[in-house]
Amino acid sequence: MIDNHILAPIFVQLFTAILQLMFWRKTLTQRYLSVGGSLIGLMVAFRLFGRVQESGILTLNSANWDAPFGIVFVADTLSVTLVLLTSIACFAVSIFSSVGLSRQRMLYGYFPIFHFLIMGLHGAFLTGDIFNLYVYFEVIIISSFVLMTLGGRKAQLEGAVKYMAMNILASMFFLTGIGILYGITGSLNMADLALKIQEVQNKTLVGITSCFFIIGFGIKSAVFPLYYWLPSSYHTPPSAVAATFGGLLTKVGIYAMLRVFSLIFIPDDFIRTLLMVIAVLTIVTGALGALIKTNIRRLFSYLIVCHIGFMVGGIAMFSKVALMGAVFYLIHDIMVKTNMFLIAGLIRQLGGTMDMNKLGGLYRDYPKISLLIALVLFSLVGIPPLSGFWPKIFLFQEAFTQEQYFYAAALILGSFVTLYVIANMWAQVFWKNPPEGTTTENLFAPMPPYRKILMVLPIGLMAVATLYIGLNAEAIVKIADVISTQLIDPTAYIEAVLGNKTD
Amino acid sequence: MELLLVLILGLLYAAGVYLILRRSMVKLLLGIILWGNGANILIFVLGKITKGSPPVIDDAYRVFQDVYADPIPQALILTAIVISFGLTSFAIVLLKRVYALVDSDDLDDLNTPEEEDI
Repeated sequence: MIDNHILAPIFVQLFTAILQLMFWRKTLTQRYLSVGGSLIGLMVAFRLFGRVQESGILTLNSANWDAPFGIVFVADTLSVTLVLLTSIACFAVSIFSSVGLSRQRMLYGYFPIFHFLIMGLHGAFLTGDIFNLYVYFEVIIISSFVLMTLGGRKAQLEGAVKYMAMNILASMFFLTGIGILYGITGSLNMADLALKIQEVQNKTLVGITSCFFIIGFGIKSAVFPLYYWLPSSYHTPPSAVAATFGGLLTKVGIYAMLRVFSLIFIPDDFIRTLLMVIAVLTIVTGALGALIKTNIRRLFSYLIVCHIGFMVGGIAMFSKVALMGAVFYLIHDIMVKTNMFLIAGLIRQLGGTMDMNKLGGLYRDYPKISLLIALVLFSLVGIPPLSGFWPKIFLFQEAFTQEQYFYAAALILGSFVTLYVIANMWAQVFWKNPPEGTTTENLFAPMPPYRKILMVLPIGLMAVATLYIGLNAEAIVKIADVISTQLIDPTAYIEAVLGNKTD
Repeated sequence: MELLLVLILGLLYAAGVYLILRRSMVKLLLGIILWGNGANILIFVLGKITKGSPPVIDDAYRVFQDVYADPIPQALILTAIVISFGLTSFAIVLLKRVYALVDSDDLDDLNTPEEEDI
């Protein structure tokens, strides 16, 4: 079914960004525009989500070119769910950045670039054309380069060099893969590719091409041998930026993997084993890295890596239940990881540092905020009624059905280490008395009340969203069920894209 | 002609990988540029090079009667060139700034101990 609403989330972000460029150096106007634009984007995303729930997969042939020839935008349940989650995260982060950023950064165009980044994310989720996906990936990385370097401190630039080199490398792998794919099939439309790739005689070449995609998306989503850029760069930018990156950017890699490996390269035994080995090693190395870090944001960076492994494992098992687990975890992870970095920013405001050894006594001074943060931390760890718990049931169940005991062990290890480091962080930051002899500068207390509210509000919003995911898990399971059904059997997707002949 | 292009693209990829694996920032940059050009030629070659038959249809027909040059790879390359131009120019400025701050061309020197910000 053709529907022009698909492009609305992209356009809202695009026009917000353009409008903000017209108010260059007027940071107050930009802040209002940013929050307003994000709110409109959120409403549009809700509407698109509702439409897809009502009438199934929507498509849009740009410039009215028939499906395999022109660029197609496709909104299936996976896409719109991710667009909705991105919009929620975008709304929270834009509120947080209106008070959490220094004015210098806003003067050099933080807000327009932020909205271009969100536009790229929406585009990557909604496009049905593999080269268009590459283009949106480039929109995302060039915006993220600017956000990462904005401010120009030494540590930030050093992190940016690593981040930039690895991400350009990932794009090159991705582009090479697309080139070979076009060479062997003569198509770029993902639905069309799904049909044409089955007719290719040379299966070895198809296997090699899929390896290019694994490496390209693997660098983006930070899996085991390719993740080193992430912990060495994510602790450098301001927390608002780190929240966008940590919550959303690695997840685009996971989304692309889900899409490409369910539609084009159906995983064979070799790919499954490869992905499973990657997943187990990612969980183990991420967990070990998290154990030794004392800086809160470095700790969270390693937790991102660790939890990416959970989702890659779900893709590796490639069955309905496993994909349900992976998709549910993806939904939970976007909400929680974004919030974790916002919390890191808040802790830095409260205690003046992010080093756990120098912090302390926050529970004594701010019991209400601490309880709010505790709620999010519990969700991350996966205490039963909260959101991190439900996807793990599916993943465990499928790991035992398919007798992937290494993965099951890694899941247990990853969950326990997460519990341990979060408990340790809670004890150090909130419960213990501030260490003797260190003078912490509290930047939060002297703020006017409206700034305090604007700083805590987005964390509260995201915490409510996380609570909703956890306590209303049945609704989320239903959505994950629809998504995994569509991923396992892509005929509905292919029919929706190719069956749309406009005369 | 195709053989020549294949050799060139192999050379570009090899040189790109070699340069990226070095420790110098400038060599990293050159490696990325070479690799990007290699990828562009790869797309070009895989689009099956056809000489002297532009993709233009005669008035009398509705579909192609003969083999024709595929225009899509060229459109893809054009997009990829523009994108890599943008990325490269950003990378040059970034590396220049880093060089000014760190005063070293060695990637192993990029390890300032933790510094904090909001």
